[in-house]
Amino acid sequence: MERTRLRRQVALTRQSLFDQGFLDEQFIQLEDLQDDANPNFVEEVVTLYYRDSARLITNIEKALEKNSLDFNKLDGFMHQFKGSSSSIGAKKVKAECTLFREYCRAGNGEGCTRTFQQIKKEYATLKRKLEAYFQVVRQAGPAETACWPK
Amino acid sequence: MANTSSFSSSPSTKFSFDEKPHVLAVDDNLIDRKVIERLFINSTCKVTTAENGKRALEYLGLADGQHPNHNDLKVNLIITDYSMPGMTGYELLKRIKESPTMKEIPVVVVSSENIPTRINQCMQGGAQEFLLKPLQLSDATKLRCHIKKAITRGVCRRR
Repeated sequence: MERTRLRRQVALTRQSLFDQGFLDEQFIQLEDLQDDANPNFVEEVVTLYYRDSARLITNIEKALEKNSLDFNKLDGFMHQFKGSSSSIGAKKVKAECTLFREYCRAGNGEGCTRTFQQIKKEYATLKRKLEAYFQVVRQAGPAETACWPK
Repeated sequence: MANTSSFSSSPSTKFSFDEKPHVLAVDDNLIDRKVIERLFINSTCKVTTAENGKRALEYLGLADGQHPNHNDLKVNLIITDYSMPGMTGYELLKRIKESPTMKEIPVVVVSSENIPTRINQCMQGGAQEFLLKPLQLSDATKLRCHIKKAITRGVCRRR
């Protein structure tokens, strides 16, 4: 049956996100908070994360363009960004953020810039993968309702 | 501004053991506010969120220039992030503990950083507990048990 195939696809896609290290335990915590009253909680939080962190990314980018780097400011931005990333279980992004903060504390501008490129890459990759995942989730749909979730 | 969750509690002057505990969650991070809110709502608590210490104090009626609350504000637990702009969670904790009306409300401090001196500082300052972020459902469940026990012991102030 189509639904069974889709459900299996959801399970496999989900598992690969964990196996490949994109997501950690915290994502499961979010899933555990999802219920009939809030069936799209995980997707809502992830969407909010990408919307909210976009401005942090821009701020960090601007701060890195300056001739003389303000490492305190950079660390402050990254603290926020790392916090949010950690809260949604973004494992690879979080690891790069930790590295970035170490470079900040060491006053290593080049290390910061290099790591930031990596952060943006992981951030974008995760976004793509999660969007694909939520799409399959939506396609598989809840068995009971007739309407497609947003 | 502080946002109240969609749960409404009917105003009552009688204390009821069936009332949902009311948690005030203070965090400058939008994602964390959303997650903490759901953690506690799922643990059958009513939740109000505030984005910083100043807003939290205003909600509690403890801000500079405010008169002590004459309404029947009931807060059973305050959970606050440590690192916040303007006023840290520790500073917020101190302000609450200095208040004759609010000092008995348990305050839990949360932080993404495991720094022993910070933990000591908060515990010395009167924090109920210090927890590491990100919070999990088990943390909320545990805290809810503490709240229920405190209510039963009559520690929660109600006016």
